[in-house]
Amino acid sequence: MIIKPASRIRSSEITDQEIWQRRRQLIKAAAAGSGLLLTGMSGIARALYRGPGKLERIPGIYETKYGEDLKPTAYRHITSYNNFYELGYGKRTPAENADFLKPRPWTVKVSGECEKPGVMDIEDILKIDQEERVYRFRCVEAWAMVVPWVGFPLGSFLKRFAPTSRARYVEFTTLYDPEQMPGQKRKVLDWPYREGLRIDEAMHPLAFMATGLYGEQLPAQNGAPLRLVVPWKYGFKSIKSIVSIRFMEEMPLNTWRRIAGDEYGFYANVNPKVPHPRWSQKRHRVLGRGLFGSKEDTQLFNGYAEEVAGLYKGMDLHKNF
Amino acid sequence: MKAWKTIVFSLCLLPLGYLGLGIYREDLGPNPVEYLTHETGAWALRLLLVTLAITPLRRFTGWRRPILLRRMLGLFAFFYACLHLLIWLWLDRELVWSSMLEDILKRPYITVGFTAFMILLALAVTSNSFSMQRLGRRWKQLHRWVYGAAALGILHFIWLVKADLLQPMIYLAVFLLLMAARLPGLPERKPAPFRRKVAG
Repeated sequence: MIIKPASRIRSSEITDQEIWQRRRQLIKAAAAGSGLLLTGMSGIARALYRGPGKLERIPGIYETKYGEDLKPTAYRHITSYNNFYELGYGKRTPAENADFLKPRPWTVKVSGECEKPGVMDIEDILKIDQEERVYRFRCVEAWAMVVPWVGFPLGSFLKRFAPTSRARYVEFTTLYDPEQMPGQKRKVLDWPYREGLRIDEAMHPLAFMATGLYGEQLPAQNGAPLRLVVPWKYGFKSIKSIVSIRFMEEMPLNTWRRIAGDEYGFYANVNPKVPHPRWSQKRHRVLGRGLFGSKEDTQLFNGYAEEVAGLYKGMDLHKNF
Repeated sequence: MKAWKTIVFSLCLLPLGYLGLGIYREDLGPNPVEYLTHETGAWALRLLLVTLAITPLRRFTGWRRPILLRRMLGLFAFFYACLHLLIWLWLDRELVWSSMLEDILKRPYITVGFTAFMILLALAVTSNSFSMQRLGRRWKQLHRWVYGAAALGILHFIWLVKADLLQPMIYLAVFLLLMAARLPGLPERKPAPFRRKVAG
């Protein structure tokens, strides 16, 4: 029998469970006490989680019930452990190179199979109602974190452009500019990075466009100013720093599938029963939990099976990995 | 020579020291297990390459003393390889034998890494003078496997990397250079005999 050592999380990092469960009430009480409610700020439109204040705060964020029971990973971990090859190939390098990327001015071009194609300015995108959702994030490399994103549902955003009946897929493209993205100076990937979703996946209520995290604008290393978040898929599907969205009839060829199609598929749904050639995918490590006891079982569709399993009814998930 | 040995011994312990300090301060970043695994693996490879540099060093400079450090360097490479394997078995595979075996058999980068470790293990246990005497000429043949261990270790690194091959390719280039330095026909300097200090 194996007796596991007790977890060595610093006691200062552990919130008392009772306080944790009552956190929403406590924060509301604190806000009321400090007179925020009296000065006219809406009681519901504010983020529950706050970053360190280095980046601009996003005003009027609506609180939601997504991930109420999850405890977010520390801001410093979420922003210092990133796979964003455009800003460097190590885990820490994207944070170190963050200043290269200029998230303003920024536009997003929407084209392809839709009736109202167009170019949208980031300032207008930020005028869309912003809400906070706490989602699990699972990387294909068998690590995971919990992120309080700020943004808006992808589906209602896409509907603004009136996709036609021929729009069966959506393709997203990252900025290509080696001056702002020094990682693109070497052809490590087939730049620009591309990702795609089936239209019904894109329209699913869980599919999300993020503009911020911890109540503040997205840091460059997390995909400023606009990124996709698909919580039931491996992280590489959640493309960062998007400049183009295209409705397509054919399945787009996403970057990792293009360079290693035997390892990375189009669907990339989190699934502990479908091993990757490098990682078994049965378990993963949660960031920021120290040396011991940081691993937990991976769940089908990253724990969102109840919501999304219907999308893949009758599909062979081993073949469509 | 004793002073040299002490200095090199201490230098080889430095990586262990800073990793230990990091553990003590809980300052190893968001994914400490990955960090420790990568660092100990890199140090095993680096020290293995340093060990393989000793023979060419003697050949081209005629300097003999470093040869007396070679065994220690090789054993330190093995020491970091042991830490690397131990961290993986304990903190990554969580001592679940079935999951270790599955990884060793199914994931090529782990298969070659584990093979490299087994070679180093065989070399480490036969690194003492007793084994040298007993094995005689076969000892040299056995210890030539160190080239195989280094090659497999670098392959382990290459196959582990997803896209940016720069780092493992640097290791590969150094390894190939050290192997090329063993080719016959290169200009060399005859090793000078050991100088003894004459009491004056």
